Amino acid sequence: MKYIDEFRDKELVRNLVKRIGEVSHRGVSLMEVCGGHTWAIQKFGIPSLLPANIRLLSGPGCPVCVTSKRFIDQVVAYSRLSDVVICSFGDLIRVPGSSSTLEKEKSRGADVRIVYSVLDALALAEQNPGKKVVFPGIGFETTAPGTAAGIKDAAQKGLKNFFVLSSHKVMPPAMAALIDEGVKIDGYIAPGHVSVITGSGIYRDFPKKYGVGCVIAGFEPVDILQAVYMLLRQINQQRFGVEIQYSRVVKPEGNPIARQAMEEVFTTRDDWWRGFGVIPASGLVLNEKYAHFDAEKMIPVEVEETVEEKGCICGEVLKGLKRPTDCKLFGKVCNTTNPVGSCMVSHEGACNAYFRFHS
Amino acid sequence: MCLSIPGKVISVEDGKAIVSVGGTEYETSLQLVEDVHVGDYLLIHTGFALEKISEEEAEETLRLFNALEDMNERGDGE
Ligand code: SF4
Repeated sequence: MKYIDEFRDKELVRNLVKRIGEVSHRGVSLMEVCGGHTWAIQKFGIPSLLPANIRLLSGPGCPVCVTSKRFIDQVVAYSRLSDVVICSFGDLIRVPGSSSTLEKEKSRGADVRIVYSVLDALALAEQNPGKKVVFPGIGFETTAPGTAAGIKDAAQKGLKNFFVLSSHKVMPPAMAALIDEGVKIDGYIAPGHVSVITGSGIYRDFPKKYGVGCVIAGFEPVDILQAVYMLLRQINQQRFGVEIQYSRVVKPEGNPIARQAMEEVFTTRDDWWRGFGVIPASGLVLNEKYAHFDAEKMIPVEVEETVEEKGCICGEVLKGLKRPTDCKLFGKVCNTTNPVGSCMVSHEGACNAYFRFHS
Repeated sequence: MCLSIPGKVISVEDGKAIVSVGGTEYETSLQLVEDVHVGDYLLIHTGFALEKISEEEAEETLRLFNALEDMNERGDGE
């Protein structure tokens, strides 16, 4: 397929691996903060191609993984209301809440539908005026503009039965929180599809304030290896900056139309991330003007008390401090058929990627 | 969920496009992009086109050795 096959070319991969070997002089830890990168790095076996002194760490880049249990519990509570239809991305329905999952509620008769897009939820609301359609909005800057566009559409159509429960998040505050917490990171493989929307400006602080370079990378083996090479060069020269490897899609200025849609609909708030707790100004919630589409405000519901699972070290995994294989539950108790924590559920979760490609 | 894929535009109508991803056709909204034509490649995510893919930039990235040397000359970007 065009734009995929060329970036999996064996010869190019070999050349890049050789180049990386030539410029790799000391131990470095490079972190990717995008679930798509986590998946690609494991799928293509990138770590086994790299010199042993280059460590690739997975960060908090899987939207489902960083989402709070309270959020799942709230969606589960909505699903138990007889006039509510939940329209959710597929990943979310298997994530364990405190006592249930959306999948379990569905098997007990709740109306839970898997949608591919917020637009499917919108269409369902139009077709079922007697029902309240709730869309749990998860995802980073990549996904939030779509949700924003859906909400704007709903406003234009005058829909009264479409609601969003937003857990959308923005990436830079979490990337900064990691460094502030003292996690040792020598360079960021920056998220390609977040940057498509935001542009490269959001990473400006990292080289300047923290001395950590950022290379915005694509998702094929050539992309990831090239980004590693570019980061090593920055480290060797001690000249840190923001570079775009994924220039076929990412422009320095990002996508202004998408950003404007987000700004029109959302406002930032402090938000909770698994492994981190509350990070200031890291979440997106519907603003005053669109508050009548906010499930939180419009559909009051009682939510059970949050119970965290015992033994799951997802939080440490999401900070790059532990590997999935360090978890005692990995593989035996917790696997893709019976996930204990959110990192095992989503395809972009580090535990899921390790399990699929290493066992 | 964050996986986004390149699709080739087959037709454009009414703020929507039909794109082909490896032979399978999907409808995608063009609300977030401008100036889309048949034959363009788009990055698709949850039913929305997020950006057009630039053929020239793709080739530039693939011209690996040139590109790497280029980067050496250009310094470290921003
Ligand atoms: S293996 Fe399972 S229990 Fe262990 S950290 Fe990963 S998701 Fe949590």
